[in-house]
Amino acid sequence: MTALPPPSAKKLGLVIDLDTCVGCHACVTACKGWNDQGYGAPLSDQDAWGANPSGTFLNRVHSYEVTPETGAPQLVHFPKSCLHCENAPCVTVCPTGASYKRAEDGIVLVNESACIGCGLCAWACPYGARELDQAAGVMKKCTLCVDRIYNENLPEVDRVPACVRTCPAGARHFGDLGDPDSAVSQLVAERGGMELMPEQGTRPVNRYLPPRPKDRLEETAPLAPLLDIQATGFAGWLDRLLDRI
Amino acid sequence: MHPAPSVILFTVLSGLGFGLLAMLGLGAAPVTGWAAFVAYGAGFGLAVAGLLASTFHLGNPQRALRAFTQWRTSWLSREAWASVAALGLMAPVAASAVFMGRLMPALGAVAAVLCLITVLTTSMIYTQLRTVPRWNHWTTPALFFGHAVAGGALLAGLGNAPILLGLLGLFMALSFRAGDARFAERGHTLATATGLGHGKVRSFAPPHTGTNYLMREMIHVVGRKHALKLRVIAVLFAAVLPAVALVLLPAGLATTLVAAAFHLIGAFAGRWLFFAEAEHVVGLYYGKR
Repeated sequence: MTALPPPSAKKLGLVIDLDTCVGCHACVTACKGWNDQGYGAPLSDQDAWGANPSGTFLNRVHSYEVTPETGAPQLVHFPKSCLHCENAPCVTVCPTGASYKRAEDGIVLVNESACIGCGLCAWACPYGARELDQAAGVMKKCTLCVDRIYNENLPEVDRVPACVRTCPAGARHFGDLGDPDSAVSQLVAERGGMELMPEQGTRPVNRYLPPRPKDRLEETAPLAPLLDIQATGFAGWLDRLLDRI
Repeated sequence: MHPAPSVILFTVLSGLGFGLLAMLGLGAAPVTGWAAFVAYGAGFGLAVAGLLASTFHLGNPQRALRAFTQWRTSWLSREAWASVAALGLMAPVAASAVFMGRLMPALGAVAAVLCLITVLTTSMIYTQLRTVPRWNHWTTPALFFGHAVAGGALLAGLGNAPILLGLLGLFMALSFRAGDARFAERGHTLATATGLGHGKVRSFAPPHTGTNYLMREMIHVVGRKHALKLRVIAVLFAAVLPAVALVLLPAGLATTLVAAAFHLIGAFAGRWLFFAEAEHVVGLYYGKR
Protein backbone atom coordinates (compact mmCIF):
# COMPACT_ATOMS: atom_id res chain seq x y z
CA MET A 1 0.00 0.00 0.00
CA THR A 2 1.11 3.54 -0.62
CA ALA A 3 -0.17 4.59 2.78
CA LEU A 4 2.76 5.82 4.84
CA PRO A 5 3.84 3.48 7.62
CA PRO A 6 3.73 4.76 11.21
CA PRO A 7 6.90 6.76 11.95
CA SER A 8 9.80 4.31 12.30
CA ALA A 9 12.20 4.48 15.24
CA LYS A 10 15.08 4.06 12.82
CA LYS A 11 15.36 6.91 10.31
CA LEU A 12 18.30 6.32 8.00
CA GLY A 13 19.44 9.37 6.13
CA LEU A 14 22.22 11.70 5.14
CA VAL A 15 23.67 14.78 6.77
CA ILE A 16 25.37 17.04 4.25
CA ASP A 17 27.86 19.63 5.40
CA LEU A 18 27.53 22.70 3.20
CA ASP A 19 30.55 24.19 4.91
CA THR A 20 32.80 21.37 3.81
CA CYS A 21 31.45 20.48 0.37
CA VAL A 22 33.89 21.62 -2.30
CA GLY A 23 31.54 20.99 -5.22
CA CYS A 24 33.69 18.33 -6.92
CA HIS A 25 30.70 16.21 -8.02
CA ALA A 26 32.47 13.00 -6.99
CA CYS A 27 29.28 11.94 -5.17
CA VAL A 28 27.32 12.42 -8.40
CA THR A 29 29.70 10.18 -10.31
CA ALA A 30 29.91 7.56 -7.56
CA CYS A 31 26.11 7.50 -7.28
CA LYS A 32 25.63 7.06 -11.01
CA GLY A 33 28.38 4.44 -11.11
CA TRP A 34 26.95 2.31 -8.33
CA ASN A 35 23.31 2.62 -9.28
CA ASP A 36 24.02 1.89 -12.92
CA GLN A 37 24.91 -1.72 -12.25
CA GLY A 38 23.00 -2.98 -9.24
CA TYR A 39 19.55 -2.16 -7.98
CA GLY A 40 16.83 -1.76 -10.63
CA ALA A 41 16.98 -0.38 -14.16
CA PRO A 42 20.29 1.28 -15.08
CA LEU A 43 20.40 5.08 -15.15
CA SER A 44 20.20 5.78 -18.86
CA ASP A 45 21.65 8.70 -20.79
CA GLN A 46 20.20 10.17 -23.96
CA ASP A 47 22.44 11.68 -26.64
CA ALA A 48 25.36 11.21 -24.25
CA TRP A 49 28.03 12.13 -26.83
CA GLY A 50 25.85 14.47 -28.89
CA ALA A 51 24.96 18.12 -28.79
CA ASN A 52 22.22 17.85 -26.15
CA PRO A 53 23.22 15.27 -23.57
CA SER A 54 20.70 14.45 -20.86
CA GLY A 55 20.49 11.63 -18.39
CA THR A 56 19.08 10.20 -15.20
CA PHE A 57 20.86 11.07 -11.98
CA LEU A 58 19.84 10.41 -8.39
CA ASN A 59 22.10 13.06 -6.93
CA ARG A 60 23.01 16.44 -8.34
CA VAL A 61 25.17 19.29 -7.04
CA HIS A 62 23.93 22.86 -7.43
CA SER A 63 26.12 25.89 -6.66
CA TYR A 64 24.67 29.00 -5.05
CA GLU A 65 26.08 32.41 -4.32
CA VAL A 66 25.08 33.88 -0.99
CA THR A 67 25.64 37.60 -0.57
CA PRO A 68 25.41 38.71 3.07
CA GLU A 69 24.37 42.22 4.15
CA THR A 70 28.01 43.11 4.63
CA GLY A 71 31.09 41.31 3.42
CA ALA A 72 32.00 39.29 0.42
CA PRO A 73 29.66 36.83 -1.32
CA GLN A 74 30.11 33.18 -0.45
CA LEU A 75 29.88 30.24 -2.86
CA VAL A 76 27.96 27.28 -1.45
CA HIS A 77 27.96 23.92 -3.21
CA PHE A 78 24.71 22.15 -2.62
CA PRO A 79 24.31 18.40 -3.25
CA LYS A 80 20.68 17.35 -3.52
CA SER A 81 19.16 13.87 -3.51
CA CYS A 82 16.09 12.21 -1.97
CA LEU A 83 15.56 13.41 1.60
CA HIS A 84 13.57 10.28 2.58
CA CYS A 85 10.79 12.42 4.05
CA GLU A 86 8.73 11.15 6.96
CA ASN A 87 5.64 12.67 5.39
CA ALA A 88 6.58 11.71 1.85
CA PRO A 89 4.04 13.13 -0.63
CA CYS A 90 5.59 11.05 -3.45
CA VAL A 91 4.43 7.86 -1.73
CA THR A 92 0.77 8.64 -1.13
CA VAL A 93 0.09 9.94 -4.65
CA CYS A 94 1.29 6.72 -6.33
CA PRO A 95 -1.65 4.91 -7.94
CA THR A 96 0.03 1.50 -8.21
CA GLY A 97 1.78 1.03 -4.89
CA ALA A 98 5.18 1.10 -6.60
CA SER A 99 6.32 4.00 -4.45
CA TYR A 100 6.73 3.07 -0.79
CA LYS A 101 8.42 3.98 2.46
CA ARG A 102 10.01 1.15 4.39
CA ALA A 103 8.54 0.69 7.85
CA GLU A 104 11.80 -0.67 9.30
CA ASP A 105 14.24 2.12 8.41
CA GLY A 106 12.26 4.84 6.64
CA ILE A 107 13.98 4.49 3.24
CA VAL A 108 11.71 5.60 0.36
CA LEU A 109 11.95 3.21 -2.60
CA VAL A 110 10.29 2.44 -5.93
CA ASN A 111 9.26 -1.08 -6.88
CA GLU A 112 10.13 -0.68 -10.55
CA SER A 113 8.20 -3.74 -11.70
CA ALA A 114 4.97 -2.07 -10.49
CA CYS A 115 5.73 1.47 -11.75
CA ILE A 116 3.64 2.62 -14.71
CA GLY A 117 5.77 5.74 -15.22
CA CYS A 118 2.96 8.26 -14.76
CA GLY A 119 5.35 10.77 -13.20
CA LEU A 120 2.93 11.97 -10.52
CA CYS A 121 5.38 11.21 -7.69
CA ALA A 122 7.98 13.45 -9.35
CA TRP A 123 5.38 16.21 -9.48
CA ALA A 124 4.59 15.71 -5.79
CA CYS A 125 8.25 16.00 -4.70
CA PRO A 126 9.28 19.59 -3.90
CA TYR A 127 12.99 18.75 -4.09
CA GLY A 128 13.30 17.32 -7.60
CA ALA A 129 14.57 14.06 -6.15
CA ARG A 130 12.81 11.78 -8.63
CA GLU A 131 13.60 11.43 -12.31
CA LEU A 132 11.74 9.27 -14.81
CA ASP A 133 14.25 7.17 -16.71
CA GLN A 134 13.67 7.84 -20.39
CA ALA A 135 14.83 4.39 -21.49
CA ALA A 136 13.12 2.20 -18.89
CA GLY A 137 10.04 4.40 -18.40
CA VAL A 138 10.16 3.91 -14.63
CA MET A 139 10.79 6.35 -11.81
CA LYS A 140 14.30 6.42 -10.41
CA LYS A 141 15.35 7.85 -7.07
CA CYS A 142 18.02 7.62 -4.38
CA THR A 143 17.79 4.24 -2.63
CA LEU A 144 20.21 5.34 0.10
CA CYS A 145 22.24 2.50 -1.48
CA VAL A 146 20.01 -0.07 0.19
CA ASP A 147 22.05 -2.68 -1.70
CA ARG A 148 25.27 -1.52 0.02
CA ILE A 149 24.33 -0.57 3.56
CA TYR A 150 23.05 -4.05 4.53
CA ASN A 151 25.35 -5.96 2.16
CA GLU A 152 27.49 -8.35 4.19
CA ASN A 153 29.51 -9.28 1.09
CA LEU A 154 31.10 -5.84 1.24
CA PRO A 155 33.83 -4.87 3.73
CA GLU A 156 32.24 -3.03 6.64
CA VAL A 157 33.82 0.29 5.62
CA ASP A 158 31.91 0.12 2.33
CA ARG A 159 28.50 -0.41 3.92
CA VAL A 160 27.52 3.22 3.48
CA PRO A 161 25.95 4.93 0.46
CA ALA A 162 28.34 5.29 -2.49
CA CYS A 163 28.20 9.10 -2.28
CA VAL A 164 29.28 9.05 1.38
CA ARG A 165 32.02 6.50 0.76
CA THR A 166 33.50 8.53 -2.08
CA CYS A 167 33.27 12.09 -0.75
CA PRO A 168 36.89 13.28 -0.58
CA ALA A 169 36.02 16.24 1.65
CA GLY A 170 34.07 14.28 4.27
CA ALA A 171 31.06 16.47 3.66
CA ARG A 172 28.54 13.62 3.59
CA HIS A 173 27.54 11.64 6.64
CA PHE A 174 25.25 8.61 6.83
CA GLY A 175 23.45 7.31 9.88
CA ASP A 176 20.31 6.90 11.95
CA LEU A 177 18.68 10.28 12.49
CA GLY A 178 16.01 8.64 14.63
CA ASP A 179 18.61 7.88 17.31
CA PRO A 180 19.44 11.10 19.19
CA ASP A 181 22.80 9.63 20.29
CA SER A 182 24.01 8.71 16.80
CA ALA A 183 26.95 10.61 15.34
CA VAL A 184 24.76 12.19 12.66
CA SER A 185 22.13 13.35 15.16
CA GLN A 186 24.85 14.89 17.33
CA LEU A 187 26.28 16.64 14.30
CA VAL A 188 22.84 18.04 13.49
CA ALA A 189 22.38 19.22 17.08
CA GLU A 190 25.83 20.83 17.24
CA ARG A 191 25.76 22.59 13.91
CA GLY A 192 22.06 23.48 13.67
CA GLY A 193 21.22 21.05 10.87
CA MET A 194 18.33 22.33 8.79
CA GLU A 195 15.42 20.97 6.77
CA LEU A 196 14.85 22.06 3.18
CA MET A 197 11.57 23.85 2.41
CA PRO A 198 10.02 23.07 5.81
CA GLU A 199 6.86 24.96 4.80
CA GLN A 200 5.97 22.09 2.47
CA GLY A 201 5.31 19.92 5.53
CA THR A 202 7.26 16.94 4.16
CA ARG A 203 9.41 16.50 7.30
CA PRO A 204 12.58 15.38 5.53
CA VAL A 205 14.97 13.03 7.35
CA ASN A 206 18.12 14.32 5.63
CA ARG A 207 19.63 17.44 7.15
CA TYR A 208 21.95 20.12 5.83
CA LEU A 209 24.61 21.74 7.99
CA PRO A 210 24.76 25.47 7.22
CA PRO A 211 28.03 27.06 6.13
CA ARG A 212 29.91 28.47 9.10
CA PRO A 213 30.20 32.28 9.20
CA LYS A 214 33.29 33.49 7.38
CA ASP A 215 36.23 34.75 9.44
CA ARG A 216 36.69 38.53 9.40
CA LEU A 217 40.02 40.32 9.16
CA GLU A 218 40.77 42.45 12.18
CA GLU A 219 40.40 46.17 11.59
CA THR A 220 43.92 46.97 12.86
CA ALA A 221 46.53 46.84 10.13
CA PRO A 222 49.96 45.67 11.36
CA LEU A 223 51.83 47.70 8.74
CA ALA A 224 50.04 51.00 9.52
CA PRO A 225 52.75 52.38 11.91
CA LEU A 226 55.39 51.88 9.23
CA LEU A 227 53.43 54.04 6.83
CA ASP A 228 53.23 56.96 9.26
CA ILE A 229 56.70 58.36 8.41
CA GLN A 230 57.85 61.43 10.34
CA ALA A 231 60.53 63.38 8.57
CA THR A 232 63.47 64.50 10.79
CA GLY A 233 66.66 66.57 10.33
CA PHE A 234 67.09 68.43 7.03
CA ALA A 235 64.09 66.67 5.49
CA GLY A 236 61.99 67.71 8.51
CA TRP A 237 63.07 71.37 8.19
CA LEU A 238 62.28 71.24 4.42
CA ASP A 239 58.92 69.65 5.15
CA ARG A 240 57.93 72.39 7.62
CA LEU A 241 59.26 75.12 5.25
CA LEU A 242 57.31 73.80 2.28
CA ASP A 243 54.17 73.53 4.48
CA ARG A 244 54.47 77.24 5.31
CA ILE A 245 54.85 78.49 1.71
CA MET B 1 4.58 22.49 -15.77
CA HIS B 2 5.01 20.91 -19.17
CA PRO B 3 1.67 21.01 -21.02
CA ALA B 4 1.74 17.44 -22.37
CA PRO B 5 -0.77 17.13 -25.25
CA SER B 6 -1.96 13.73 -24.00
CA VAL B 7 -2.87 15.14 -20.59
CA ILE B 8 -4.56 18.22 -22.08
CA LEU B 9 -6.60 16.04 -24.45
CA PHE B 10 -7.46 13.69 -21.60
CA THR B 11 -8.64 16.27 -19.12
CA VAL B 12 -10.61 18.33 -21.64
CA LEU B 13 -12.28 15.49 -23.53
CA SER B 14 -13.04 13.22 -20.60
CA GLY B 15 -14.27 16.18 -18.53
CA LEU B 16 -16.63 17.16 -21.32
CA GLY B 17 -17.77 13.57 -21.86
CA PHE B 18 -18.46 12.94 -18.17
CA GLY B 19 -20.25 16.30 -17.97
CA LEU B 20 -22.53 15.34 -20.88
CA LEU B 21 -23.19 11.88 -19.41
CA ALA B 22 -24.03 13.49 -16.05
CA MET B 23 -26.60 15.77 -17.72
CA LEU B 24 -28.12 12.82 -19.58
CA GLY B 25 -28.12 10.62 -16.48
CA LEU B 26 -29.91 13.31 -14.49
CA GLY B 27 -32.59 13.36 -17.19
CA ALA B 28 -31.97 17.03 -17.98
CA ALA B 29 -32.32 16.11 -21.67
CA PRO B 30 -34.73 13.16 -21.77
CA VAL B 31 -33.70 11.67 -25.12
CA THR B 32 -34.54 8.21 -26.45
CA GLY B 33 -33.90 6.24 -29.65
CA TRP B 34 -31.55 7.71 -32.25
CA ALA B 35 -31.23 11.01 -30.40
CA ALA B 36 -30.13 9.07 -27.33
CA PHE B 37 -27.71 7.03 -29.45
CA VAL B 38 -26.00 10.22 -30.64
CA ALA B 39 -26.03 11.90 -27.22
CA TYR B 40 -24.82 8.93 -25.15
CA GLY B 41 -22.45 7.95 -27.97
CA ALA B 42 -20.83 11.39 -27.82
CA GLY B 43 -20.58 11.21 -24.02
CA PHE B 44 -19.04 7.73 -23.98
CA GLY B 45 -16.82 8.56 -26.98
CA LEU B 46 -15.37 11.69 -25.38
CA ALA B 47 -14.89 10.08 -21.97
CA VAL B 48 -13.25 6.92 -23.33
CA ALA B 49 -11.11 8.83 -25.87
CA GLY B 50 -9.87 11.01 -23.02
CA LEU B 51 -9.09 8.05 -20.79
CA LEU B 52 -7.19 6.36 -23.62
CA ALA B 53 -5.22 9.54 -24.31
CA SER B 54 -4.18 9.61 -20.65
CA THR B 55 -2.35 6.29 -21.05
CA PHE B 56 -0.11 7.77 -23.77
CA HIS B 57 2.00 9.69 -21.29
CA LEU B 58 2.78 6.61 -19.22
CA GLY B 59 6.28 5.11 -19.29
CA ASN B 60 4.89 1.59 -18.98
CA PRO B 61 1.21 1.63 -20.07
CA GLN B 62 1.03 -2.18 -20.12
CA ARG B 63 0.90 -2.06 -16.31
CA ALA B 64 -1.94 0.49 -16.24
CA LEU B 65 -4.31 -1.94 -14.48
CA ARG B 66 -2.13 -1.65 -11.37
CA ALA B 67 -3.46 1.89 -11.02
CA PHE B 68 -6.64 0.42 -9.53
CA THR B 69 -4.90 -0.84 -6.40
CA GLN B 70 -4.17 2.26 -4.29
CA TRP B 71 -7.58 3.92 -4.00
CA ARG B 72 -7.15 4.37 -0.25
CA THR B 73 -4.47 7.03 -0.69
CA SER B 74 -4.10 7.99 -4.35
CA TRP B 75 -6.44 10.34 -6.23
CA LEU B 76 -5.17 8.90 -9.51
CA SER B 77 -6.26 5.45 -8.43
CA ARG B 78 -9.61 6.80 -7.24
CA GLU B 79 -10.06 8.39 -10.64
CA ALA B 80 -9.53 5.01 -12.28
CA TRP B 81 -12.24 3.45 -10.11
CA ALA B 82 -14.67 6.36 -10.41
CA SER B 83 -14.41 6.48 -14.19
CA VAL B 84 -14.96 2.74 -14.60
CA ALA B 85 -17.86 2.77 -12.12
CA ALA B 86 -19.47 5.79 -13.81
CA LEU B 87 -19.17 4.33 -17.31
CA GLY B 88 -20.27 0.89 -16.09
CA LEU B 89 -23.43 2.21 -14.41
CA MET B 90 -24.17 4.58 -17.26
CA ALA B 91 -24.07 1.75 -19.84
CA PRO B 92 -27.43 0.16 -18.91
CA VAL B 93 -29.01 3.65 -18.66
CA ALA B 94 -27.80 4.43 -22.17
CA ALA B 95 -28.81 1.02 -23.56
CA SER B 96 -32.29 1.37 -22.09
CA ALA B 97 -32.79 4.85 -23.60
CA VAL B 98 -31.39 3.87 -27.00
CA PHE B 99 -32.84 0.41 -27.55
CA MET B 100 -35.96 0.30 -25.38
CA GLY B 101 -36.91 3.96 -25.44
CA ARG B 102 -37.19 3.92 -21.66
CA LEU B 103 -35.48 6.24 -19.20
CA MET B 104 -33.95 4.94 -15.96
CA PRO B 105 -34.05 8.01 -13.70
CA ALA B 106 -32.86 6.39 -10.45
CA LEU B 107 -29.87 4.51 -11.88
CA GLY B 108 -29.20 7.47 -14.18
CA ALA B 109 -28.95 9.82 -11.20
CA VAL B 110 -26.52 7.51 -9.40
CA ALA B 111 -24.40 7.19 -12.56
CA ALA B 112 -24.53 10.98 -13.03
CA VAL B 113 -23.21 11.53 -9.51
CA LEU B 114 -20.40 9.08 -10.25
CA CYS B 115 -19.59 11.03 -13.43
CA LEU B 116 -19.24 14.22 -11.38
CA ILE B 117 -17.16 12.34 -8.78
CA THR B 118 -14.87 11.28 -11.63
CA VAL B 119 -14.40 14.93 -12.58
CA LEU B 120 -13.67 15.70 -8.92
CA THR B 121 -11.03 12.96 -8.72
CA THR B 122 -9.38 14.26 -11.90
CA SER B 123 -9.21 17.76 -10.48
CA MET B 124 -7.91 16.47 -7.12
CA ILE B 125 -4.86 14.92 -8.81
CA TYR B 126 -3.75 18.49 -9.46
CA THR B 127 -5.30 20.17 -6.43
CA GLN B 128 -3.47 17.88 -3.97
CA LEU B 129 0.00 18.99 -5.12
CA ARG B 130 1.42 21.45 -2.60
CA THR B 131 4.43 21.67 -4.89
CA VAL B 132 2.37 23.59 -7.46
CA PRO B 133 0.79 26.47 -5.52
CA ARG B 134 -1.35 27.61 -8.48
CA TRP B 135 -3.20 24.27 -8.46
CA ASN B 136 -3.23 23.69 -4.72
CA HIS B 137 -6.50 25.56 -4.12
CA TRP B 138 -10.29 25.02 -4.23
CA THR B 139 -10.53 26.97 -7.49
CA THR B 140 -9.07 23.95 -9.32
CA PRO B 141 -12.00 21.58 -8.64
CA ALA B 142 -14.36 24.53 -9.22
CA LEU B 143 -12.80 25.10 -12.64
CA PHE B 144 -12.98 21.42 -13.61
CA PHE B 145 -16.61 21.20 -12.42
CA GLY B 146 -17.43 24.37 -14.32
CA HIS B 147 -16.03 22.92 -17.52
CA ALA B 148 -17.85 19.60 -17.07
CA VAL B 149 -21.23 21.07 -16.14
CA ALA B 150 -21.28 23.94 -18.64
CA GLY B 151 -19.77 21.87 -21.46
CA GLY B 152 -22.14 19.00 -20.70
CA ALA B 153 -25.16 21.33 -20.67
CA LEU B 154 -24.02 22.83 -23.97
CA LEU B 155 -23.69 19.42 -25.66
CA ALA B 156 -26.97 18.19 -24.14
CA GLY B 157 -28.70 21.25 -25.62
CA LEU B 158 -30.06 22.46 -22.30
CA GLY B 159 -31.88 25.79 -22.15
CA ASN B 160 -29.81 27.02 -19.21
CA ALA B 161 -26.50 26.31 -20.99
CA PRO B 162 -25.78 30.02 -21.70
CA ILE B 163 -26.08 30.84 -17.98
CA LEU B 164 -23.81 27.93 -17.03
CA LEU B 165 -21.31 29.00 -19.69
CA GLY B 166 -21.36 32.49 -18.22
CA LEU B 167 -20.56 31.03 -14.80
CA LEU B 168 -17.75 29.00 -16.34
CA GLY B 169 -16.29 32.19 -17.81
CA LEU B 170 -16.32 33.74 -14.34
CA PHE B 171 -14.65 30.66 -12.81
CA MET B 172 -11.96 30.71 -15.48
CA ALA B 173 -11.22 34.39 -15.00
CA LEU B 174 -11.25 33.95 -11.20
CA SER B 175 -8.87 30.99 -11.22
CA PHE B 176 -6.50 32.76 -13.64
CA ARG B 177 -6.40 35.86 -11.45
CA ALA B 178 -6.39 34.12 -8.06
CA GLY B 179 -3.53 31.85 -9.12
CA ASP B 180 -1.13 34.62 -10.04
CA ALA B 181 -0.05 35.58 -6.53
CA ARG B 182 -0.29 32.21 -4.80
CA PHE B 183 3.33 31.12 -5.28
CA ALA B 184 4.52 34.24 -3.48
CA GLU B 185 1.78 33.93 -0.83
CA ARG B 186 3.00 30.45 0.14
CA GLY B 187 6.42 31.90 0.90
CA HIS B 188 8.48 29.45 -1.14
CA THR B 189 11.81 31.07 -2.04
CA LEU B 190 15.30 29.92 -2.93
CA ALA B 191 16.20 30.82 0.67
CA THR B 192 13.66 28.37 2.16
CA ALA B 193 14.53 25.78 -0.51
CA THR B 194 18.22 25.81 0.36
CA GLY B 195 18.14 27.01 3.96
CA LEU B 196 20.72 29.62 2.96
CA GLY B 197 18.81 32.53 4.42
CA HIS B 198 21.76 34.47 5.83
CA GLY B 199 22.09 36.59 2.70
CA LYS B 200 20.78 37.03 -0.79
CA VAL B 201 20.89 33.67 -2.58
CA ARG B 202 21.16 33.19 -6.31
CA SER B 203 21.86 30.19 -8.48
CA PHE B 204 25.52 30.45 -9.46
CA ALA B 205 25.96 27.28 -11.49
CA PRO B 206 23.42 24.58 -12.35
CA PRO B 207 24.32 20.94 -11.63
CA HIS B 208 24.41 20.03 -15.31
CA THR B 209 25.19 21.83 -18.54
CA GLY B 210 22.23 20.43 -20.47
CA THR B 211 18.62 19.94 -19.55
CA ASN B 212 17.08 17.04 -17.62
CA TYR B 213 13.75 15.38 -16.86
CA LEU B 214 12.95 17.79 -14.03
CA MET B 215 13.48 20.86 -16.17
CA ARG B 216 11.57 19.49 -19.16
CA GLU B 217 8.67 18.36 -16.99
CA MET B 218 8.36 21.10 -14.39
CA ILE B 219 10.06 24.24 -15.64
CA HIS B 220 8.10 25.24 -18.71
CA VAL B 221 8.36 28.86 -19.74
CA VAL B 222 7.48 28.66 -23.44
CA GLY B 223 4.43 30.72 -24.34
CA ARG B 224 4.08 32.52 -21.03
CA LYS B 225 4.70 35.80 -22.80
CA HIS B 226 1.38 35.30 -24.61
CA ALA B 227 -0.40 34.28 -21.42
CA LEU B 228 -2.66 37.32 -21.20
CA LYS B 229 -3.83 37.04 -24.82
CA LEU B 230 -4.39 33.32 -24.38
CA ARG B 231 -6.43 33.92 -21.23
CA VAL B 232 -8.72 36.25 -23.15
CA ILE B 233 -8.98 33.76 -26.01
CA ALA B 234 -9.73 30.93 -23.57
CA VAL B 235 -12.55 32.77 -21.78
CA LEU B 236 -13.94 34.20 -25.03
CA PHE B 237 -14.06 30.86 -26.86
CA ALA B 238 -14.90 28.56 -23.96
CA ALA B 239 -17.67 30.67 -22.45
CA VAL B 240 -18.64 33.92 -24.17
CA LEU B 241 -18.88 32.92 -27.84
CA PRO B 242 -20.77 29.64 -27.31
CA ALA B 243 -23.22 31.39 -24.98
CA VAL B 244 -23.80 34.14 -27.55
CA ALA B 245 -24.19 31.55 -30.33
CA LEU B 246 -26.73 29.60 -28.30
CA VAL B 247 -28.76 32.73 -27.56
CA LEU B 248 -28.68 34.29 -31.03
CA LEU B 249 -28.82 31.30 -33.39
CA PRO B 250 -31.95 29.16 -33.79
CA ALA B 251 -31.86 26.10 -31.55
CA GLY B 252 -30.80 22.87 -33.22
CA LEU B 253 -27.97 20.45 -33.82
CA ALA B 254 -26.05 22.87 -36.08
CA THR B 255 -26.08 25.60 -33.43
CA THR B 256 -24.95 23.09 -30.77
CA LEU B 257 -22.07 21.96 -32.97
CA VAL B 258 -20.96 25.55 -33.68
CA ALA B 259 -21.11 26.39 -29.95
CA ALA B 260 -19.31 23.14 -29.06
CA ALA B 261 -16.52 23.91 -31.55
CA PHE B 262 -16.03 27.35 -29.99
CA HIS B 263 -16.13 25.81 -26.53
CA LEU B 264 -13.51 23.16 -27.32
CA ILE B 265 -11.05 25.72 -28.72
CA GLY B 266 -11.39 27.80 -25.56
CA ALA B 267 -11.22 24.77 -23.28
CA PHE B 268 -8.01 23.57 -24.94
CA ALA B 269 -6.46 27.05 -24.69
CA GLY B 270 -7.48 27.30 -21.04
CA ARG B 271 -6.18 23.86 -20.17
CA TRP B 272 -2.91 24.55 -21.98
CA LEU B 273 -2.52 27.63 -19.77
CA PHE B 274 -3.50 25.60 -16.70
CA PHE B 275 -0.29 23.62 -17.19
CA ALA B 276 1.97 26.19 -18.86
CA GLU B 277 1.37 28.83 -16.18
CA ALA B 278 1.68 26.44 -13.25
CA GLU B 279 5.01 26.85 -11.48
CA HIS B 280 6.57 23.98 -9.57
CA VAL B 281 8.67 24.79 -6.49
CA VAL B 282 11.56 22.69 -7.84
CA GLY B 283 12.21 25.53 -10.30
CA LEU B 284 13.56 27.51 -7.34
CA TYR B 285 16.62 25.26 -7.16
CA TYR B 286 17.40 26.16 -10.77
CA GLY B 287 16.74 29.85 -10.26
CA LYS B 288 13.85 29.53 -12.68
CA ARG B 289 10.13 29.13 -12.55
